[in-house]
Amino acid sequence: MKIINYFILIAFCGLLIYVSLDLPNRADLDAVINRETSPAGTPNAAVFYTRHSYEDAHTPNIVTVILADYRGYDTMGETTVIFTAGLICMMLLRKRRKP
Amino acid sequence: MTGKSDNPILSMISRMISPFIMIYALYVIFHGHYSPGGGFQGGTMLGAAVILSRLASGSELSRLLLGKGIGTLMGAIGVFIYFGTGFLAMLLGGRFLEYKYLARIMPVSDAMARNWGIQFVEVGVGLAVMGIMVALYDDILTGEPDA
Repeated sequence: MKIINYFILIAFCGLLIYVSLDLPNRADLDAVINRETSPAGTPNAAVFYTRHSYEDAHTPNIVTVILADYRGYDTMGETTVIFTAGLICMMLLRKRRKP
Repeated sequence: MTGKSDNPILSMISRMISPFIMIYALYVIFHGHYSPGGGFQGGTMLGAAVILSRLASGSELSRLLLGKGIGTLMGAIGVFIYFGTGFLAMLLGGRFLEYKYLARIMPVSDAMARNWGIQFVEVGVGLAVMGIMVALYDDILTGEPDA
């Protein structure tokens, strides 16, 4: 049984390595994600972020600008989720049943 | 999981390195504009520093660093900072979380106001994550002999 597990693991690892060879290089202008328009013909969001994030927020880290500014609602939801999880754990765990 | 150790080396080393973890966590939070990092990552490291001291020297001593109910309170304050930044922008005439309008009460340009807004929000996220991590650890220990 263990041998089958290892075999599946190695096969999956090989599959992932094989697939990763198809990924575009960094800053490859001909890659689909870096083109001005998507294959469906709509303007691409990544190009907008790369061009405007520094002028908009004076922050060199594009990821930070997207997370906290352009997509601020999303990060707000994440924070609320973490806080809610903490509150629920407090309600469930802090009250111990009497033996 | 009782968390109390009589080993002097463990308690000494943890006491020595936890301030450095905290400093590095603050660096990760406040340098998130220029390098990988931000509120979530830095908050996790801050929480890890507190949990390290809880694990090594026991909850009773470590409560001097951060009290029992403080974790949940800090989480609430962090979320409040995030929402407060959004509502402040709203009060100043913009839409929710439109940091550009913070420039009306700060002597900076529009773009720098967005920079500062991102910073406030990251600090809120870091506080929330740190508080909730410590609170989870304390809650799980409720009723155990060490807690």
